[in-house]
Amino acid sequence: MTDSKYFTTTKKGEIFELKAELNSDKKEKKKEAVKKVIASMTVGKDVSALFPDVVNCMQTDNLELKKLVYLYLMNYAKSQPDMAIMAVNTFVKDCEDPNPLIRALAVRTMGCIRVDKITEYLCEPLRKCLKDEDPYVRKTAAVCVAKLHDINAQLVEDQGFLDTLKDLISDSNPMVVANAVAALSEIAESHPNSNLLDLNPQTINKLLTALNECTEWGQIFILDCLANYTPRDDRESQSICERVTPRLSHANSAVVLSAVKVLMKFMEMLPKDLDYYGTLLKKLAPPLVTLLSAEPELQYVALRNINLIVQRRPEILKHEMKVFFVKYNDPIYVKLEKLDIMIRLASQANIAQVLAELKEYATEVDVDFVRKAVRAIGRCAIKVEQSAERCVSTLLDLIQTKVNYVVQEAIVVIKDIFRKYPNKYESVIATLCENLDSLDEPEARAAMIWIVGEYAERIDNADELLESFLEGFHDESTQVQLQLLTAIVKLFLKKPTETQELVQQVLSLATQDSDNPDLRDRGYIYWRLLSTDPVAAKEVVLAEKPLISEETDLIEPTLLEELICHIGTLASVYHKPPSAFVEGSRGVQHKRLPGSAGSGESVESPDTGSAAGVSDAPPAVIPSQGDLLGDLLNLDLAPPATTTGPPPPTSSGMQMGAMDLLGGGLDSLMGDESEPLGGDLGGSPAMGAGFGAPPAAMPASFNAPVSGGLDDLFDLGGGVGMPSGAYSPPKSIWLPAMKAKGLEISGTFARRAGVVQMEMTLTNKAMSVMTDFAIQFNRNSFGLAPAGPLQVLTPVSPNQSIEVALPLNTVGPVMKMEPLNNLQVAVKNNIDVFYFSCQYPISMLFVEDGKMERQVFLATWKDIPNDNESQFQIKDCHLSSDAASSKLQGSNIFTIAKRTVDGQDMLYQSTKLTNGIWVLAELRVQAGNPNYTVSLKCRAPEVAQCVFQSYEAVLKN
Amino acid sequence: MIGGLFIYNHKGEVLISRVYRDDIGRNAVDAFRVNVIHARQQVRSPVTNIARTSFFHVKRSNIWLAAATKQNVNAAMVFEFLYKMCDVMTAYFGKISEENVKNNFVLIYELLDEILDFGYPQNSETGALKTFITQQGIKSQHHSKEEQSQITSQVTGQIGWRREGIKYRRNELFLDVLESVNLLMSPQGQVLSAHVSGRVVMKSYLSGMPECKFGMNDKIVIDKQGKGGGSEDAAKSGKQSIAIDDCTFHQCVRLSKFDSERSISFIPPDGEYELMRYRTTKDIILPFRVIPLVREVGRTKLEVKVVIKSNFKSSLLAQKIEVRVPTPLNTSGVQLICMKGKAKYKASENAIVWKIKRMAGMKESQISAEIELLPTNDKKKWARPPISMNFEVPFAPSGLKVRYLKVFEPKLNYSDHDVIKWVRYIGRSGIYETRC
Repeated sequence: MTDSKYFTTTKKGEIFELKAELNSDKKEKKKEAVKKVIASMTVGKDVSALFPDVVNCMQTDNLELKKLVYLYLMNYAKSQPDMAIMAVNTFVKDCEDPNPLIRALAVRTMGCIRVDKITEYLCEPLRKCLKDEDPYVRKTAAVCVAKLHDINAQLVEDQGFLDTLKDLISDSNPMVVANAVAALSEIAESHPNSNLLDLNPQTINKLLTALNECTEWGQIFILDCLANYTPRDDRESQSICERVTPRLSHANSAVVLSAVKVLMKFMEMLPKDLDYYGTLLKKLAPPLVTLLSAEPELQYVALRNINLIVQRRPEILKHEMKVFFVKYNDPIYVKLEKLDIMIRLASQANIAQVLAELKEYATEVDVDFVRKAVRAIGRCAIKVEQSAERCVSTLLDLIQTKVNYVVQEAIVVIKDIFRKYPNKYESVIATLCENLDSLDEPEARAAMIWIVGEYAERIDNADELLESFLEGFHDESTQVQLQLLTAIVKLFLKKPTETQELVQQVLSLATQDSDNPDLRDRGYIYWRLLSTDPVAAKEVVLAEKPLISEETDLIEPTLLEELICHIGTLASVYHKPPSAFVEGSRGVQHKRLPGSAGSGESVESPDTGSAAGVSDAPPAVIPSQGDLLGDLLNLDLAPPATTTGPPPPTSSGMQMGAMDLLGGGLDSLMGDESEPLGGDLGGSPAMGAGFGAPPAAMPASFNAPVSGGLDDLFDLGGGVGMPSGAYSPPKSIWLPAMKAKGLEISGTFARRAGVVQMEMTLTNKAMSVMTDFAIQFNRNSFGLAPAGPLQVLTPVSPNQSIEVALPLNTVGPVMKMEPLNNLQVAVKNNIDVFYFSCQYPISMLFVEDGKMERQVFLATWKDIPNDNESQFQIKDCHLSSDAASSKLQGSNIFTIAKRTVDGQDMLYQSTKLTNGIWVLAELRVQAGNPNYTVSLKCRAPEVAQCVFQSYEAVLKN
Repeated sequence: MIGGLFIYNHKGEVLISRVYRDDIGRNAVDAFRVNVIHARQQVRSPVTNIARTSFFHVKRSNIWLAAATKQNVNAAMVFEFLYKMCDVMTAYFGKISEENVKNNFVLIYELLDEILDFGYPQNSETGALKTFITQQGIKSQHHSKEEQSQITSQVTGQIGWRREGIKYRRNELFLDVLESVNLLMSPQGQVLSAHVSGRVVMKSYLSGMPECKFGMNDKIVIDKQGKGGGSEDAAKSGKQSIAIDDCTFHQCVRLSKFDSERSISFIPPDGEYELMRYRTTKDIILPFRVIPLVREVGRTKLEVKVVIKSNFKSSLLAQKIEVRVPTPLNTSGVQLICMKGKAKYKASENAIVWKIKRMAGMKESQISAEIELLPTNDKKKWARPPISMNFEVPFAPSGLKVRYLKVFEPKLNYSDHDVIKWVRYIGRSGIYETRC
């Protein structure tokens, strides 16, 4: 008789027919019908409509039929709770049956009927069954408690089932003990803080005794439970280990792994100098190796676990490299895992063998595997220095195969090798360059670009190579774009003369045409760096790279500890804590390895994590393309000046920077021998953001540079000024000695007798005499330039300071700076050229003839659109309006008229800048109120901020 | 624990579906089908996480067995259970095929109900299961009360793998030492790696509850005994003893006793079972030595000569010898001359296959081949895969010897001498390769 026929009935009206058959008088027919129902249920048909008819068949002495009905009940009881009650009586009756198999069947099925109303009726039968004389019934009842707990935890507690379950741990039958342990462990998991599994030396002893006698599955339950126990001291720990080690010879891999878990955990408590500790370590290796001869699925689980064990205790398997060699017929998931472990175990002693193997693997068929093998060769090179050369030549051989993905993978790892061993294997670059065209994967392209950028000075046609990538810039992935940007900046810093155009092109591609914020940010950062401080740019972009770590993909120590506590489980397969993939309260508890005995010597290394669970940062891994950016962002890239009030649109600042790059930045790079490049070279695009444009238009002007504003700027030019007594800020350090090989420059600006002066103190903090001083300014907003050479007549001997005053004029080349009053200076002496930037108070540019006629003032005030008016508050100023007026006059801010309205003095003032810009002001001073209000109106509103700063500085000093 | 267990046919249709836990729904059945069985790519892992449900699967011919769970279960246990499940099914109805599963679905449900309770594996020894779950309906209703309690005590007892009251007219024991010898050798004849993985498989037809003790020439045991019996004896026996790297045992073996005394004692299951598995790496007898000679004559010709030498007692015969010499992909023709056996070039397998039915020990044989190559512009050099070999020899390459297998049954009136014991050694090639 075959049962497969039940699967084939798919005709209409089937349910109706089945109903009739179920109600048949003939036993055989009934049974056939129930079988059909179950078959339909299996394939997913809804046969719940037959519920009453099937339940009617329950009252039978035919055990096979009964089991089938029970199976049906378990599936459908939940959808028919009212009907399910009909079954209760039978269960209660069956629990009294003389046949233990039937009693157990009843209690087993009962627990699977997840209907609240029923559970109450089950308590009495369950209580009886927990104390049944037959162990088979008891072991089934033990599991039933866990089932019931899952449905109604409160009920289980109220009924005292948990205590009964605890008593079962002392049962004479090992299987009952095992099931009780399993049930208790599960219940305890959902009550993390309860002391449900009260593990004490007595219970542990009982468990260890049962361990020797129960089924393989029972052994797993007990071992998994044991792993949660923390021995009181190292002696208890050792004695448990001694009783667990025989399990390592069990044929069931799960028993072995669970035993390994217990041992790995309890070993933490053993002092390392103990003989037993060494013995235990030795005992662990063979069973782990044996796991690799199990079926592939189990091998996979074992390998994932070995990966953890090797990270925690590398000494266990360090001599077992060969067993991880990949076999031709291994399934791919086993192969990949083996490779991982091979890399972890690679050392100087076995590297030759490992490499030979890896080379073989690189010719296999599976692409993922081949890639991983190639990558592994690179890892070996980084891990074992002695092998680096051989690894590189192996990689070159592989590149010669011209198999596309092999070549690409090889280039990616060669990049890492270059990083680890700079200036050693550059001879291979030529070979790499040959394969440039075949690279179509972003990672490989990025790696290649990195190599070209890094070794730009040795690759003759580096600029051509990089330029070829630039053509399709926007089609590249972000990774490649970022790398290309960095590489070209590197190239520029190394070969500035030939690559200006290229760098300009890439910067504008990155900042103007890209929507990617990362790319734009990096573009701006470079741009600003190159424009403000090319030396810093060099320091940042061509900085020494941090060493790359030997070990890769290490699991973070605290997680590793937790995973060690989960050996054998899914968590160890996923390498994720249970909370990452288990819902609800289960598995949320984080397990910990126990602290070590005595002085804590069992902790392998300081960063393996202490019991306190300090979460160390994961060790650096082979960096991805993103890390350079990371390096950059770690630097303080705040703009040199901190401006208050409405911040100027930063984007325009960037635009200015671009300009500057071609001027000052380049100048400084080339040293002092170069003349500033002609104004027209960079003049046009950058000037677009000229003063005439209203602030709101700035960001826009940045995206689409216009040259319109240029004229305005020059129109405003000209103008000279006179009287003295102007405000001069105290000296501040512009160039610290550290940055300038011992030369410290502090200084300030002053306007003396209508002449702007730069007053500096040069201090020699170096050991040798400094001579041959010279100074040069970069182009700036107001065309400031030295009026004569820097007059340092005598050499400056060590620890000597000299004061120098450098008269300035305002007829130098003009370029808008950000902030407006920024000045970039290069100072040269016999040692080197140094660069710094400083900011001058704009008040020193206020000329002496800045007093406007009243009528003109009124007219101008009206004429300037209100949009150009900006208002500022000056706080805590205790001068009267007259005192303020005279003080301001000292700095060439002239009061034209004064009005008093409601006790508020209104001073109308004017001032003129060296380039002819007029600034009109209304200063409101209310008696008794220390806060002044300044309203500034100017045709070039950008200056308002600076002017306001001068107001504040003058009034407060 | 295991939340649900499903069996599918190759098309992904469910044949068996048993849900143990509330958190596994019917949609899990479909999720596995869609994401694993019907997945376009080859399976990359035997564990798959789909929508926070983990699936473990194994395949037997074209039947898929999958276990689903939402908890952090013991993964090794789940796989062991799935294998066990396969063993149990095979023991009941033979090969696991769609037809057999369909024909026995009621039985399978019954088994699943018994061996997995709320997702916890229970006693799954077929010996015990067969006493109360049968294909012909349930026996137990016909059992007497005494018999019933016997069944339950056996299922839950310490010796769950054997039922009481077994009787044979002839007490017999068959013991097979099956070894597979693995080798990787360099072209110069240097052993790169070699190991033997062995199994001791037993068929016992013994009455009652016999206590057995198995002894072999385990170095540790021999050395220990040697210490008692004088150094000379130790030296003598030391030669014949073998160092076992590791071994695992059937659950009937008392592991704590093995751990403390290194003695293998057990009450055997009835019928066939694997008593132990072991692995050795030292002093392996390599039954064959392969000496390859490859000469590239110009760009279009290759001369290959392979000599095999049998390295065991001349009175013994090796069987089913097969040597596989890989050939380049651009091979156009092969001329073969062999002294013994039959050789053929198999273009579809890119190899010359040389078969010899039997070969005695201490003999030598050789094959020469001239391989014509098509000229190619492929720069890639031929990778020269290793020459592999298959064979079967009537001895254990590890050197393992069964020293004794004693049987004690105190309750019944037969003694160790009355048991007929058969011992057989078979050594087979595992991965036996020589690079060329």
